[in-house]
Amino acid sequence: MNPAAPSNRRMAVLYAALLVAGVLAPILFPGHTVQFAVFWIFVLFALTWDMMGGQMGYNSLGNILFFGVGMYVCAVAQISIVYDVAEYTAANGAIKVDFAPHQYFEGLALGLAWAGLIPVVVAAVLSWILFGLRGPYFAIGTLGVAIAAAELTNSWDYVGGGMGIAMPVYPGGPGSRERFFYVACMIIAILCFLTVRWVYRTRFSLAINAIRDDEDKAEALGLHTGRYKMVAWSISAFFLGIAGALFGNMTGFIEPIDTAFPTLTFGIFMVAMTLLGGKGTLWGPVIGATLFYALREVTWTYLLGWQYVVLGLLIIFNVVYFQQGIMGWLRARRPAWFGVRVEADRAHGTKAESGA
Amino acid sequence: MWDSLQILGTAPVFNAQLLLNGLAVGAIFALAAYGLALVWGVTSVKNLCQGDLVMMGGYGAYEISRHGLNPMWALLAVPPVMFAFGWILYRLIIKRVIQLDLFTSLLATFGLAITIQQSLNLAFGPEVRALKAGFGIFHLFGDKVEISEVRVIAFALCVLLALGMVLFLGRSRLGQAIRATAQDPRAARVLGVNTDLVYAMTYSINAAICGAAGVLISMIWVIQPFYGIAYSVRAFVIVTAAGLGNLPGVILAALGLGVVEQYSGFILGAQFQQATIVGLLLAILIWRQFALMRHRKALQ
Repeated sequence: MNPAAPSNRRMAVLYAALLVAGVLAPILFPGHTVQFAVFWIFVLFALTWDMMGGQMGYNSLGNILFFGVGMYVCAVAQISIVYDVAEYTAANGAIKVDFAPHQYFEGLALGLAWAGLIPVVVAAVLSWILFGLRGPYFAIGTLGVAIAAAELTNSWDYVGGGMGIAMPVYPGGPGSRERFFYVACMIIAILCFLTVRWVYRTRFSLAINAIRDDEDKAEALGLHTGRYKMVAWSISAFFLGIAGALFGNMTGFIEPIDTAFPTLTFGIFMVAMTLLGGKGTLWGPVIGATLFYALREVTWTYLLGWQYVVLGLLIIFNVVYFQQGIMGWLRARRPAWFGVRVEADRAHGTKAESGA
Repeated sequence: MWDSLQILGTAPVFNAQLLLNGLAVGAIFALAAYGLALVWGVTSVKNLCQGDLVMMGGYGAYEISRHGLNPMWALLAVPPVMFAFGWILYRLIIKRVIQLDLFTSLLATFGLAITIQQSLNLAFGPEVRALKAGFGIFHLFGDKVEISEVRVIAFALCVLLALGMVLFLGRSRLGQAIRATAQDPRAARVLGVNTDLVYAMTYSINAAICGAAGVLISMIWVIQPFYGIAYSVRAFVIVTAAGLGNLPGVILAALGLGVVEQYSGFILGAQFQQATIVGLLLAILIWRQFALMRHRKALQ
């Protein structure tokens, strides 16, 4: 191993430092706990998108679907243990049901379990339908599914339609709700990272990379591409569903267009973050999410009204002029960091690469 | 829903009304879809900001009507402006994504779509607008069916524009170059066609067509900064259903979509309008997939 390449020990130090930063952030800046929690959700967004778009080559524009499904499933499960859902949503927040602490947490646990399960089922069913589509057709098809889901939820009275659902109130003092959900979001994001890291070290990642590089050849070599695609999408859907459930509870009020199925905001942020960081890498999405989130917080505050224009321009710039992303750029500039040995031959000025 | 179906059953005149409205709107869809098919076929860029170019045209007409002029004048003013806009877009963005993979061009035009719709929102506000061109209404079937003159005019103009495009592509030198590039860009380049110019012209012509469609939309229907995506999806529905380079197919599919939308809007209610279009898109994509699977089986 090249001495310049990150050793296990250095990586351990890096992980520990990030973990400490994650724990300290809400303690040092208690006023921004919710923002930090959303940051972890953004990291999760980028990681789950990259598994599909970066590693498998299936660029989905509608992954936000699972986020919204998880959010609504969790809300319905939480309410249903105490109250009739249709009546609760029809009353439009007028009914104040006191959720006792044990009821609240039981409901949340049940809701999270369903929010993990149902999106996986949805992904499995959709993968059967949608994975025949390739390239841009898949992107447009998934975008269509997400838009349709938003529209249908918007006119479905059982879950409150366009009026949305007021989520059960967290039992606890001021600030404790934010801290609780911050920890929950951080845990799920870290779990997601670890899962993805583990997956990328198994044969599974070789299979999905083969699908990305040439699906027909992969199939000809005997890979059951359909199964791999379904499993990869289901993993994404599982984490997105739970993230949606947590986000819904953290916001306290959910509605279809802007919170649950925001195709044009969160849905496209996933793609933008991954591309910014560099797709097809483990750390690219994390770095991209960090930068993007910081940028977003700054521009959203100072660019009243212009933020989406800036977002659109950022996507265009990213795609057209900076396609390799930060990790790709670093890889080209500092190949030694990635374990690629470069032997500069001074006499001829050529480079010979070995290892990868 | 059953009530509306009963009305359609008991009063067949309503069918005529829905049919006429659907055809008028469908003719405009045909323009946008034809532009998309043109760009798709020649440059292989899937232009996701198609609908937003349409909305830009609509707001061009709105700007002209704000100065006290009849929005019909926009039909003369907007296409050249949109042509220039398309040219700039091509030089800055499209030119650089043509060579890259398809998702890149899709994402770049999606970014463009966001930029355009948000800029329109900032410039004109999020209100839904409809322009008055000051034309009368035709009454048919003893006053039971009415269709505004402007819809008839829009329909006629769409037919004229489509005919003009067919003649342009079939007869003119540039049209021949465009068709040659669509068939095989390398061969066209070898034979002395300036493919870069052809790409630029194709994209700009598409922008101009979209602008004209937008002007017509603003007079017979409504415009709003965020309605663009619906037109993009419609154009995709039509082109994927009809196939590239199949002009009669595109026109038929567009008219059909217009009629289907009017019917579904009447039967299911207006809130399902977008869901209907998207559902149609999915149905067509999935149908194509099954057709492809059959094809692969046949090959085996």
